[in-house]
Amino acid sequence: MKKVLSLVLVLAMIVALGASAYADNPVVKIGVFEPQSGDNGAGGKQEVLGMQYANVLTPTVEIDGTTYDVELVYADNASSNDKAPTAAQTLISSGVSLVLGSYGSGVSIAASDTFDAAGVPAIGVTCTNPQVTAGCDVYFRICFLDPFQGTVLANFAKNELGATKAYCLAKQGDDYSGGLCNYFIDAFGKDACVYEQFPEGTSDYSTYITNAQNQGCDVFFSPVSTEAAAQIIAKADTQALGMPILAGDTWDSNVILQAAKGTNVKICVTTFYQEGADPDFDMGIKYWMNNNPTALANNGGNDELAAVTVMGYDAYYVALEALKAAGSVDPADVLEVLPSVTYEGVTGAIAFDDIGDALRDSAFVKECNTELGVWDFVAVATVD
Amino acid sequence: MDALKTTLPYIISGISVGGQYALIAIGYTMVYGILRLINFAHGDVFMVAGLMMVYLAASLPLYLAIPLVILLTVALGFTIERVAYKPLRTAPRMSVMISAIGVSYLLQNLALYITGGLNKNYPAIPWISDRISIFGMETSRVTVITPFLTIILVAALVQLINHTKIGMAMRAVSRDFETSQLMGIQINRVISATFIIGTFLAAVGSILFFTNYPGVVPTSGAMPGLKAFVAAVFGGIGSIPGAVIGAFIIGIAESVIKGLDTILIVNGAIDEQIGLATFSDAFTFVLLIIILVFKPTGLFGEKSTDKV
Repeated sequence: MKKVLSLVLVLAMIVALGASAYADNPVVKIGVFEPQSGDNGAGGKQEVLGMQYANVLTPTVEIDGTTYDVELVYADNASSNDKAPTAAQTLISSGVSLVLGSYGSGVSIAASDTFDAAGVPAIGVTCTNPQVTAGCDVYFRICFLDPFQGTVLANFAKNELGATKAYCLAKQGDDYSGGLCNYFIDAFGKDACVYEQFPEGTSDYSTYITNAQNQGCDVFFSPVSTEAAAQIIAKADTQALGMPILAGDTWDSNVILQAAKGTNVKICVTTFYQEGADPDFDMGIKYWMNNNPTALANNGGNDELAAVTVMGYDAYYVALEALKAAGSVDPADVLEVLPSVTYEGVTGAIAFDDIGDALRDSAFVKECNTELGVWDFVAVATVD
Repeated sequence: MDALKTTLPYIISGISVGGQYALIAIGYTMVYGILRLINFAHGDVFMVAGLMMVYLAASLPLYLAIPLVILLTVALGFTIERVAYKPLRTAPRMSVMISAIGVSYLLQNLALYITGGLNKNYPAIPWISDRISIFGMETSRVTVITPFLTIILVAALVQLINHTKIGMAMRAVSRDFETSQLMGIQINRVISATFIIGTFLAAVGSILFFTNYPGVVPTSGAMPGLKAFVAAVFGGIGSIPGAVIGAFIIGIAESVIKGLDTILIVNGAIDEQIGLATFSDAFTFVLLIIILVFKPTGLFGEKSTDKV
């Protein structure tokens, strides 16, 4: 009896899998390689939102005279470097023409070999570590890089905040926060920085706050995941940190806004997009989110726009441009034309250099308004 | 004075973390004492208690949500025992252990499914999450309350074990499972009581822990659970005072190591960072290995009296 039952269950699953929908148009698949869980789950979901919105607006693409339906294929890399290659392989096996993602540099680096071996091009959306594209022929990206971002933040800390000693906190083994901290330290001056790392699974950040206070630092730089950020902000508030917190693009998220609302902590971040730069776009995506409960939940329950969402939106159109230019859905053809693809996106003009990095030279600096729980625009930062 | 002032915050935060580990560790140690089972799902029950609070506090006032969370967590612990462990009572011990690992992953993945993997902000509980200032350092009230509450609960538990009928039954069962059954002790009732007490303490621990570190993710229970387990082994698994003392030692040591660089620099012992903070977790597990090598029964563990 049990055997029969389990057999029936297995059969039911197979039938369910096989019965996926048939569309009229031929389908081109774009892989979405993003964390949907783990440390960076919140950010990954927000980045995906941009792609989904773009997909709703432009569900088809004309490739070589044929109209294709664009299907987004998702794979959760779970914010984990171990799981990233498997997720990448899942996408490749499902026959995607190219891949978008990921949020978080570590997973992108971990998966780059897999994409490389399969010859499937990938467009990094907000992975800012230089190693993502360096040494990988198939990885491109549309965002600025950490050496640039680290320098911008260090200059901001020195010149605008008047800081002389910085406390830098990274997650152990995390390419994004570790890399960004190193670039920040390079630009700020090694002797004026205290650099510490916390291990995976840490929940007690109070000691790091105490460390920063005891060492007499006057700026707290912690470009870590939003999960850790929420905890750090809570502790900074209860322990009266007494210095501004600086972070990179990761912190431009409403997770941070929610955590910081009503607290007495000054938070500044660099980011890719400032809400209000393109009011039509802002209005459109907010309307879509507010009418789509799942999207709203994935955005953290309100319609505050994260820069990564906007980057995800632009990335989708860059992918469409690449498909159009290639005139084929074969990953090899897409890879061939990708270096020459250009696109005028919501976040600015996008073009690639020799390594496959985006040519970008400016970042937005924002400060958290802890009273209202929104971002206030501070400055557009560039590096000479 | 200066040295004290820089070191004190680490000690206080360590004592507080230790208290929270202790409340979880008791659940491990009691279950082990009676069933000789390492209940791997215990850390995840702790996490589920945190999530329940997030969802219940969103729709209920806190004075209802807190007792309800404790009640539901206890019910969960009881159900897990009845469903996943009781049918395996006569099976080899390894089977129960594997079942426990299964429950652990089940809870984590259910939480992943429900939360969508996103960080859930724990509700602030008035009064205990208020900011206070002691000896010139700023912290939240929960940090100070935790160790005292832990000690009160443990004292009550020890009273219960030493001076009540069910406590006596528990002691008897932990001595000899089969004989106590022959003496008319209803073994299932004793085991259920053990799980109820263990999960009750884990629920209280979860309220304290997440009020202090207000973010719940599906893997939130893993690290505290593991540390509490190490604490239980360190103190001598099966021994309640041992688990509590082990937890406090691990909590304080961990917190001090994270700040050791700073303590040394501020007091002029070293000139620059030597990166000791990185080893805070490693220390916990090295401690486990050392104690297992030199005193396998832990600090307060009883010598095993297996007779051939």
